[in-house]
Amino acid sequence: MSAATVPATRTRAATGLLAYLLAGIYFGVVLVKSEAASWYRLQEMFHFESFHMFGLMGSAVVTGLITTQLLRRFGQTRNGESIRITPKDPGWRRYVLGGACFGVGWGLTGICPGPIFVLLGAGVWPALVVLAFALLGTYLYGVLQTRLPH
Amino acid sequence: MPRTRRRYFGNNKTMSDVVHFLQTPWPWWVGGPLIGLTVPLMLWLGNKSFGISSNLRHLCAVLLPERVKPGFFKYDWRAEKWNLMFAAGLVLGGLLAGVIFANPTPVHLSAAGLNTMDELGVTVQPSLVPPEVRNLSKPGVWLILALSGLLIGFGTRYGGGCTSGHAITGLSTLQLPSLYATVAFFATGILSANFLLPLLLGLVK
Repeated sequence: MSAATVPATRTRAATGLLAYLLAGIYFGVVLVKSEAASWYRLQEMFHFESFHMFGLMGSAVVTGLITTQLLRRFGQTRNGESIRITPKDPGWRRYVLGGACFGVGWGLTGICPGPIFVLLGAGVWPALVVLAFALLGTYLYGVLQTRLPH
Repeated sequence: MPRTRRRYFGNNKTMSDVVHFLQTPWPWWVGGPLIGLTVPLMLWLGNKSFGISSNLRHLCAVLLPERVKPGFFKYDWRAEKWNLMFAAGLVLGGLLAGVIFANPTPVHLSAAGLNTMDELGVTVQPSLVPPEVRNLSKPGVWLILALSGLLIGFGTRYGGGCTSGHAITGLSTLQLPSLYATVAFFATGILSANFLLPLLLGLVK
């Protein structure tokens, strides 16, 4: 790589990362404004007492499905590459068992990983306790990984 | 609420209308499609598969000293900086929408929802999380937060994703594994919220 191209690549890498920061701000604002980060809304959902969260998730998946298909067929990435979607590993055990573990934790606080970060920004400091233990849980998985059925 | 805000921003009615608009929460049919658009947005930005829980793994990889790292955390986390930037954005988004333009009124729960909050022993207030489950002077609150966090961290890595990676991205791209995971975490989430949480909240009271 010649000396002239290095700064250009660096600038692109920096603006590239900035775009993800903006995307995160966008998603964080949407999670709060749509009340998906609300403890109350999540408990209401788990008790089947409102359509709000079901409508939210349902319309999110339908929108994601249609717009992703359109992008795949007619679009490309901002750098002009074709769209690639990495398939998840086949199987079912890890998805059912891991998903079931996550669900118990999710039901207790109505918090999933996205809202952990959003709540920290919103000044809900107890979310730090959830984050610390979530990191511990992630570490435990890393330790036990080879001994768990996948 | 607009009355107190108007005073805060002087007598400028247009300004207070704008502020009121920014503070108002969105209905599901506005928020849902905006959540769904994140999937093609991340693909467009750089063929990234949208999923937030991977950041818990990246944070472990950043924080753990090299000597004690299990193999699961030995990889080039610098290549995943984009996702850590996304998480940093979430924090800023929470600040923007949850503090600066926070909704000054409580969530409009259904009548049945209000009744459930009453039974759970939490008050409905204008905040994202009720004060009763934020009260860190109660050991029971620590128990709920710690157990929840532990299972979220362990379960999302074991299951390979959370609500964003599986329910939103995975289902949007028609991946069968994501359907298994989504059914599993919804099923146990419902059981946990209906049976385990009331039990643990009973300890808090």
